[in-house]
Amino acid sequence: MTTPELDGEERAMVEEIAVMLPHFEKSRGNLIPILQSIQEKHAYLSGAAMEMVAEHLSISASEVYGVATFYNQFRFHPPGKHQFKVCLGTACHVAGGDIILENFERKLGIKDGETTPDREYSIERVACVGCCALAPVAVIDDTVEGHIQPSRVEGIFVQFQVEREREEREKAERESGE
Amino acid sequence: MINLIVDDKKIRVEEGKSVLQACLENSIFIPNMCFIKTREHPHASCRLCFVEIDGLDRPVTSCTEKVRGGLVVQTATPSVRRLQRMAFKLLMSAHHCHPKVCPVKDGCQLIRTAKHLEIGLNPRPLERLDRDVEEEVDLTFFTYYPFRCVLCGKCIYVCRQKNGHNPLTFAKRGFDTVIGFFARGDPADVPCHHCGACANVCPTGALVLKAEYTKAATANP
Repeated sequence: MTTPELDGEERAMVEEIAVMLPHFEKSRGNLIPILQSIQEKHAYLSGAAMEMVAEHLSISASEVYGVATFYNQFRFHPPGKHQFKVCLGTACHVAGGDIILENFERKLGIKDGETTPDREYSIERVACVGCCALAPVAVIDDTVEGHIQPSRVEGIFVQFQVEREREEREKAERESGE
Repeated sequence: MINLIVDDKKIRVEEGKSVLQACLENSIFIPNMCFIKTREHPHASCRLCFVEIDGLDRPVTSCTEKVRGGLVVQTATPSVRRLQRMAFKLLMSAHHCHPKVCPVKDGCQLIRTAKHLEIGLNPRPLERLDRDVEEEVDLTFFTYYPFRCVLCGKCIYVCRQKNGHNPLTFAKRGFDTVIGFFARGDPADVPCHHCGACANVCPTGALVLKAEYTKAATANP
């Protein structure tokens, strides 16, 4: 089977996985541990990675895909630079967490579990982050945002926008100063 | 050969068959979705093929019962019908269809079942389950309609039987479960060009071979 065109990043990933795979015994029972260690290292499972695992264990690639999609812990898109984790636990669900999730999804034009094409943002849904009194909650990178409102979602993007502009300005100033 | 009585009718069948198969071969229809006669261990997951057998205190799925001499089977008792109608309504709560727009030739297995059970295609009094699925999914060689699919798994079984490294599989889980297709690399290496077994076995028209591959599949059945 010829492998489709891989970009540099994916090629590096494939090479690393090729080194790692022989450490695992070729038994079906190792499927989940292998997937977990790939994700631990590379943060997501690419199509090529799942194919390699299938070949190593002599099972069909679709079987690997079936197992990986069954569990919520596996992701199929590389995480973005900024990660939005929207809580949909019981308390947040009751307080309208799904509306917040929809706000993020609509704003970025992606679904939960996906990443924007520029790798800037990714959205994930989580089940309870442990501060139900603040429902609905979203975790933006590592900051917990409580009592989040749709208007706040807007605000977060404005904030990131301002930050990026400032960074760019500083970079330009540094370059002109040198 | 074994003699058994189904609905007061004597039938003769070979040993080793299931009650369901025996009935179907003798033109006694029992509703079924997930049954494939070559499958050694029937899934009995559709819960439609219930029958009552004399001597057993409750209805049993006929696909899992092997024929025995002197078996007395009844396919239409009130308790059998009650179980079948409930199972059917549960299926229909996630399967939103209308016979007028059904693309399956001669109506799908669900319509036949509804007629047989003398009930409508709506899930009332159960609620309609709106699954978060797309209308149409492009699976390279097939078009897949998740809202028509009852997840009987027949397509995956025949694919696995025929093609060792099967490209079809269940993906995700729970209400989100769909049939997934995963085969990367050169499309020429995928068996789907000339197989089509999965689309042929689908009881509800949820998996349809794309027009450009239909010809090749019928040429080499």
